Amino acid sequence: MRLPSGGQIDRDTPVRFRFDGRDYTGFQGDTLASALMAHDVRVLARSFKYHRPRGTFSAGSEEPNALVTLGSGAGADPNVRATQQELFDGLEAFGQNAWPSVGFDVMEVNDLLSDFLGAGFYYKTFMWPKKAWERLYEPIIRRAAGLGRLSGKADPDRNETAFAHCDLLVIGGGPAGLMAALAAGQAGADVILCEEEARLGGRLLSEVEQIDGGPALDWVAKVKRSLKELPNVRIMARTTVTGVYDCGTYGALERVSRHMPRGRAPVDCFWRITARKAVLAAGAIERPIALRNNDRPGVMLAGALRAYVNRYAVAPGRAVVIFGNNDDAHRSARDLLAAGVHVAALIDSRPDATCDLPLAFHPGAVVTAVHGRNVVEAITFQEASGRSQKLQCDCLGLSGGWNPSIHLTCHLNGRPVWDEGIAAFVAQEGAVPGLHPVGAAGAVFSTAGALDTGAETAGELLSQMGFDPAEITVPEAERQAYAIAPLWNVPGTGRAWLDLQNDVTVKDVRGAAAENFRSVEHMKRYTTQGMAPDQGKTSNIGALAVLADATGRDIPGTGTTTYRPPFAPVPIAAMGAGGRGTGFAPQRFITSHDLSVAMNAPMVEAGLWYRPSFFPRAGEKTWRQSCDREVAMVRSAVGIADVSTLGKIDIQGADAAAFLDFVYANKFSTLKPGRVRYGLMLREDGHVMDDGTTACLAPDHYVMTTTTAAAGPVMMHLEFASQVLKPEWDVRLTSVTEQWAQFAVAGPQSRALLEALLERDLSNDAFPFMSCAPITLAGVKGRLFRISFSGELAYEIAVPARYGESLFRTLVARAEALGGGAYGMEALNILRIEKGLLTHAELHGRTTAFDLGLERMLSPSKDFIGKAAASRPGLVDPDRERLVGLRSLGPVLQMTSGAFLFEEGAEPVRENAQGYVTSVGYSPTLPGFLALAFLKNGPERHGEQIRMVDHLRGIHANCEVCDPQFFDPEGERVRG
Amino acid sequence: MAETFTLTAQNALPQGDVMTLGETGIRVAPMARLTTLMPGRGDQDIFARALRRHHGLGLPQAGQSTTADGVECLWFGQGQYLLIGAEANVNLLKSAALTDQSDAWSTVLIEGPLARDVLARLTPLDLRAATFAEGATARTEIRHMMASITRVSDSGFRLMVFRSMAQTLLHELKETLEMVAARP
Amino acid sequence: MRLTCPRCGSRDLREFTYRGAALARPDSQEWSPAWDDYLHLRDNPAGLSTEYWYHGLGCAAFLIVQRDTRTHEVHSVTLAAEGRT
Repeated sequence: MRLPSGGQIDRDTPVRFRFDGRDYTGFQGDTLASALMAHDVRVLARSFKYHRPRGTFSAGSEEPNALVTLGSGAGADPNVRATQQELFDGLEAFGQNAWPSVGFDVMEVNDLLSDFLGAGFYYKTFMWPKKAWERLYEPIIRRAAGLGRLSGKADPDRNETAFAHCDLLVIGGGPAGLMAALAAGQAGADVILCEEEARLGGRLLSEVEQIDGGPALDWVAKVKRSLKELPNVRIMARTTVTGVYDCGTYGALERVSRHMPRGRAPVDCFWRITARKAVLAAGAIERPIALRNNDRPGVMLAGALRAYVNRYAVAPGRAVVIFGNNDDAHRSARDLLAAGVHVAALIDSRPDATCDLPLAFHPGAVVTAVHGRNVVEAITFQEASGRSQKLQCDCLGLSGGWNPSIHLTCHLNGRPVWDEGIAAFVAQEGAVPGLHPVGAAGAVFSTAGALDTGAETAGELLSQMGFDPAEITVPEAERQAYAIAPLWNVPGTGRAWLDLQNDVTVKDVRGAAAENFRSVEHMKRYTTQGMAPDQGKTSNIGALAVLADATGRDIPGTGTTTYRPPFAPVPIAAMGAGGRGTGFAPQRFITSHDLSVAMNAPMVEAGLWYRPSFFPRAGEKTWRQSCDREVAMVRSAVGIADVSTLGKIDIQGADAAAFLDFVYANKFSTLKPGRVRYGLMLREDGHVMDDGTTACLAPDHYVMTTTTAAAGPVMMHLEFASQVLKPEWDVRLTSVTEQWAQFAVAGPQSRALLEALLERDLSNDAFPFMSCAPITLAGVKGRLFRISFSGELAYEIAVPARYGESLFRTLVARAEALGGGAYGMEALNILRIEKGLLTHAELHGRTTAFDLGLERMLSPSKDFIGKAAASRPGLVDPDRERLVGLRSLGPVLQMTSGAFLFEEGAEPVRENAQGYVTSVGYSPTLPGFLALAFLKNGPERHGEQIRMVDHLRGIHANCEVCDPQFFDPEGERVRG
Repeated sequence: MAETFTLTAQNALPQGDVMTLGETGIRVAPMARLTTLMPGRGDQDIFARALRRHHGLGLPQAGQSTTADGVECLWFGQGQYLLIGAEANVNLLKSAALTDQSDAWSTVLIEGPLARDVLARLTPLDLRAATFAEGATARTEIRHMMASITRVSDSGFRLMVFRSMAQTLLHELKETLEMVAARP
Repeated sequence: MRLTCPRCGSRDLREFTYRGAALARPDSQEWSPAWDDYLHLRDNPAGLSTEYWYHGLGCAAFLIVQRDTRTHEVHSVTLAAEGRT
């Protein structure tokens, strides 16, 4: 019911919204929960397991009950806390976990089965038959239990991640946080103030009190104006700090546009904030008292009652009973009375409590039960004398005390400390380096104390950071007393609720203890207490106290569960923002990309690069037809391939040659300018890391090529060798991969093509195999290499990348005129398999030079990385799986890489495996399937038959073991 | 007989102004001469003098850049400098290894009131003026890409990434500017 | 987590790559127990750990980082090229 006056809502701005298909009107400044309360909508949700009707329980982000789904369709958002959701025009929300509606839910039958469905029921009940679990029990349980559901469709909304940096991070915009931010801002520090709500003020928004001789909210407005004038202060509203990470890094979720209709703006932004120091001014969270049926709609936290009255001007009920164990409960009664709400009784469990409010006061009494189903209808309470009374009411406020909000102080393994005085856990001193609790989060529960500690702590931190903290006057404020006598649950029959969000009762926790799940961590997992989206914000300490009682220990002796990030739910969509689809990784495009696409080449990902698979021509229906034609083209005429993706590293310096000797297994110091050599690079453990060619451009100047995949790792490896292993050497490294566009010109016509293009003699005498030279073409300086990855007479020509597209166009046109053309990755792969040349399919990290038949490359006359380890007997054992070629025998549909090799007649099981296949292709040159494989003692077994079995795909083939150089083993063509 | 042919230069990105929103502009810079300079061990002083004599440039400290007559020198990482806007004088060769990188990097400028907000969403670098003033330069990361960022004015930043990734950079910048500008 | 690179200043973890314990490479070209140690055997200290980190998305320097494995507190960061201390 809306109160006739008061509150911080804008009564001139009505807001229309829908809940569960019905239209309502609220005001600007309402939350969904307050607006529904104004319309006396009591049931907002159905509970997790028993489908009990549930209503609003709190007035903030700690809400366990009032979870709703916002919106519909693909972008529907489940588990939105109605108590946190700001109202906006056109908002549409739905109740959850109910059919047909939250008001009448057929699954409420679960509640009648509660004896059967208690904690741990599924461990005990659905044990057998085993198969029924997956097919029957689990689907039923999953349908019946749960909170909101995802739409299952791609998320249409946009999100962001962002970084921020500051000197002081202030977590919470209540009195303590505002005071700290003001002090730091005025001292000139960079301040970020994160406030979970849309408005600054924190708890002051829900209270009626004075600061600096005037209404507290006037002071808040004044401080806000001062902060806004400071360019070094940044206020981040609607932002919850969710996690603390190492070295002053904080995670925070900003709800950017959840308070308005969805548009182009991001919904959420996940921030990573780096702060030198931080103050935790996150306030405190009230906890309830467990008693029979304390989950009925209308049962709320006592502090929330006055929040609704003071802030939203709604009465949570027509006749309210307040039950508490501390002074703060009296304050709720006072504010409700002041707003004209009928308070039927104030019940205080402390026998010595006094009260001068004009209401029925019952010290030393306890509420023993709540009556009513869809709403509270009455309560029963037991007076100090022992006499029980039933009292009509429609709302019960509970206050079991306040817990400082110290979750964040535990994220780096800090353990909270029990404080008898407030019967709550407080932060361990220094639990997070640089993070200091102030105000209620620091267990100081008065407004004056909050202002004091905020100013004081900020001052200390500013001095530590080298700022000169300006004199700051702390305004006068109320210094409320707070006394408490612990009371966790009221004994009695029936179900008393602890964790409303996960439907956990006192009986469940006692049951856990009885089953010997005595550790708090075991109790949590047995009962699921604290495991719902609210992480037990209102239930953890109560459950812990019940466990302590059941196991005969005290609370500090029982300990708490581990608090981990995030403090509040963070959508995966926010954390992973920007990482969907092509946003997942950068795309790297070669200079011939657009031309290749224009030639209809399908582009295939190779690491981050995109490379053409093949270049289809008219009439070619399958990739194989194109690939076969391209292979034949290279073998008989000339082909052009973009090989720019290979890593290229410029190596200069007086010790460059010695450095190459050190990083390659074979010798490079004998390489003369104008010459190129194939190099084999080992890891220090003796296995092959990469291979490639290195050209000597001039004395002390080399350019190394790496495989596409290893370009980054090889660069890091060389930096390690240079900076860590040989820091005294003069070696200067820089990547030139991106500077050069490089094209392979391969095939018997390649010489003719390039001689015409370059107007230069490229005969064997002038430019033999493994030569390199600077060239000039069309006035552009480039480089020419005579190297081959196809076994054909071939060259690679490099020009600065800006000319890449132009050169590719020219080369392809000239190749086509000679009966050739462009070729792609598929043909490139077949060409190299026909020649037994290696890629990372073979250099997969477990192969040695010996395995590859390259052991003669390991130079005995110098030290090199991997030398010592490569000599280990196990790495040169003849019985190792070593490189061979395989040729299909008889009609074979397919050979597959990844398949295993077995001897004829041997059972194809792991123990009998003789090796495995790494690369496969159909060779149009030597018609049939060819494969490269690793086979035990392979080089000694040429001519043998072996059986290939691909268990995964069910493919078998008989093969002949042969030399991996299938084509032109003498290498006549490449030197031709 | 050789036929005559020409090679045409092609930037990785469309030239000039790409997008302006909220008075914040994204612009592709024209290709410039870029040379990495790697002085030898112990040659730092000779190199600094040569840079001064032949290009009029001071040797930048780590994280800084120097400018003279439209030519710029960036500190470009461990033992590396990047000369922008002029061919490196051959005399530098006596004290440093020179490598032409004119085609290796693509340059995009973002300038305006939202520039820092856009970059805050793409790089973990601290871009506050106190720590990253005009002339400051950093090798860092932009959306998983190896990058160089230089503050060229109060609200302007020069971003460089490898040429092959230039389209990704531009795409990310445009998307992010659009989203930042759409914030309530 | 953040590391303060001696060249670049305080930077986010994502610019760096962990490269293992900072050990001295044996001199010998022959396989030996020292090589076995270098390649395979690692202490697992609950306390100070000395390790290599590579500032690959920054200045490309190899760093020697002293870090407490219990608290993740970083005690020192030095350039590997300047040697182990």
